[in-house]
Amino acid sequence: MSKKISILIVDDEESVRDSLYNWFIEDDYRVECAENAKKALSMLESDHFDIILADIKMPGMDGLEMLRRIKALRRESIVIVMTAFATVDTAVQALKDGAFDYVTKPFDPDDLSHLIRNASKQISLTEENEILKEKVVSLENVEDLVGNSEAMHRVLQQIESAAQSNSSVIITGESGTGKELVARAIHANSSRKFFPLVSVHCGALTESLLESELFGHEKGAFTGAVYNRKGRFEMADNGSIFLDEIATISTKMQIELLRVLESKKFIRVGGNKEITSDFRVICATNKDLKSMVENGTFREDLFYRLNVLNINIPPLRERSGDIPLLVDYFIKKYCTTMNQPPVIIDTSALKRLEEFTFPGNIRELENMIERAIVIGNGKKITLKDLPLEKTLIDNSAESLDDHEKNHIFQILNKYNWNISRSAKALQVDRVTLYNKIRKYNLKPLE
Amino acid sequence: MNQQSISLISFGYFQKDFLEKIAEDVRHEFLFQVHVREGRLDLSDFYDPSRKQYNGNSMLKHVDAIFSSDDVKTMGLFSVDLFIPILTYIFGQAFLNGRTGIASLYRLSNERYGMVMNERVMLERFSKEVIHELGHTFGLVHCHNPTCVMQSVTYVEEIDQKSQHLCNHCRKQSGLY
Repeated sequence: MSKKISILIVDDEESVRDSLYNWFIEDDYRVECAENAKKALSMLESDHFDIILADIKMPGMDGLEMLRRIKALRRESIVIVMTAFATVDTAVQALKDGAFDYVTKPFDPDDLSHLIRNASKQISLTEENEILKEKVVSLENVEDLVGNSEAMHRVLQQIESAAQSNSSVIITGESGTGKELVARAIHANSSRKFFPLVSVHCGALTESLLESELFGHEKGAFTGAVYNRKGRFEMADNGSIFLDEIATISTKMQIELLRVLESKKFIRVGGNKEITSDFRVICATNKDLKSMVENGTFREDLFYRLNVLNINIPPLRERSGDIPLLVDYFIKKYCTTMNQPPVIIDTSALKRLEEFTFPGNIRELENMIERAIVIGNGKKITLKDLPLEKTLIDNSAESLDDHEKNHIFQILNKYNWNISRSAKALQVDRVTLYNKIRKYNLKPLE
Repeated sequence: MNQQSISLISFGYFQKDFLEKIAEDVRHEFLFQVHVREGRLDLSDFYDPSRKQYNGNSMLKHVDAIFSSDDVKTMGLFSVDLFIPILTYIFGQAFLNGRTGIASLYRLSNERYGMVMNERVMLERFSKEVIHELGHTFGLVHCHNPTCVMQSVTYVEEIDQKSQHLCNHCRKQSGLY
């Protein structure tokens, strides 16, 4: 049910206040009255009213002055001015000062109903407009950023803020947390979304190659430069450039990069013509750039130039509550890719995944699910389809007996608890294996 | 008079059978005992010569003070043109969740709008208006259901379009049934 519309009646005549109060109260509005402008303004400071019906002629502050003050206090307020002595001048002045409408007392009951209906329509349009505005800035193309945890909500909020600005962004987070996805989301929600997002994996290129990749080169600039080539900065004109693994670039490149970021101008390798490009820089790293600045391995000026906005993506182990959602997402993704009906995941397997620390973060989980779908029975992912046991058991093994127990358990699982094949693999006879199973109280996985 | 009763007090000339029919409609709608009686009031006290109309606010307060009691809902029935300071005219008004209401026949007749007199239509309109104002005294606010008697109307034609009954929602809200 929609909320009650609130009306404040401001008139020095008690009979008018009473009449309007009774009229509106019967229409189920929330109604309050004030006998002068001063009281009305003080009520407006502590309470919100959707519609203010104010008399123009009042002792002390008149209705027009009150209208101006109300508009200064809350621009969106709907003020309807009433008077018994209508003149065109006062009506025009009231409307110029932001009144919603102007009525002459006494009004026809139908006029009053129309007036309030129109004002209510205006209120609902304003509210709808606000909702639509919020929808416009709400994020799009973030389907790949799966998660319902508080940490993930924080990241999404930061993406939304970053998308609305044009400043440089550094995305930090462990390997496999989805830094590139965040960069894509920022770009896809920014005003630059209709222009390219150019990605450069700085860590994969040598210094000279990176220079050529970023700035482009002229024909004959170096051996193999058989034609002119646009650099990534040039390609990212009006769009964004994503520099992954920014911490790996050399000191020389750091200087070059700083210069380009400051001037947005550069020269192709082997060229002499200055090129201007309007791009936004989004960087990512899994290193602690601040400590690199302290060590002197990363330029401080470049760090501050890049680190206008910082988005830190938490590792998967810190948001294990998102694992079921991610598993579901990857199952759908890979079953669709492999053109097979969706599989389900065993409860114990999912529980084990939730307990796992995932040093490789989401990338590791994604690979696990992809592998499980490939090697599984096509219906259900069980614990044996997931390469988790080794890591889990190794973590707790300390004594020789523990190692023996874990190794036997692993081999038994590998051969689906086929005793003959497991014994053969372990190079022991079957009786010995049975004895070991009894000794360590080993049982097949559910 | 017991607590579940409604008192219709006529001020001015009304035909007896006309009032009986109104009382019957009211009884049928609220399932209360309905008593009709005549009241005497000097209406000149409420006359506004500049508007040539009678002040509904003052009349409602007066009826409430002189003719009403807590154990009964009282409706003052008039045949004069009512106004409230802010509006050009009213058909009637009541205290929301109170004990008193008033209604006037003045603007409900066809002749006032240049049409042929129709007593049946006028009776229906007055019944609806009386039931509407009584609804307010039972705490009902205006209803958006186009057939509900509690729908707010500003013209007589609109009165003709609604029924003289409360919709299911208003029935439940009133807590009378």
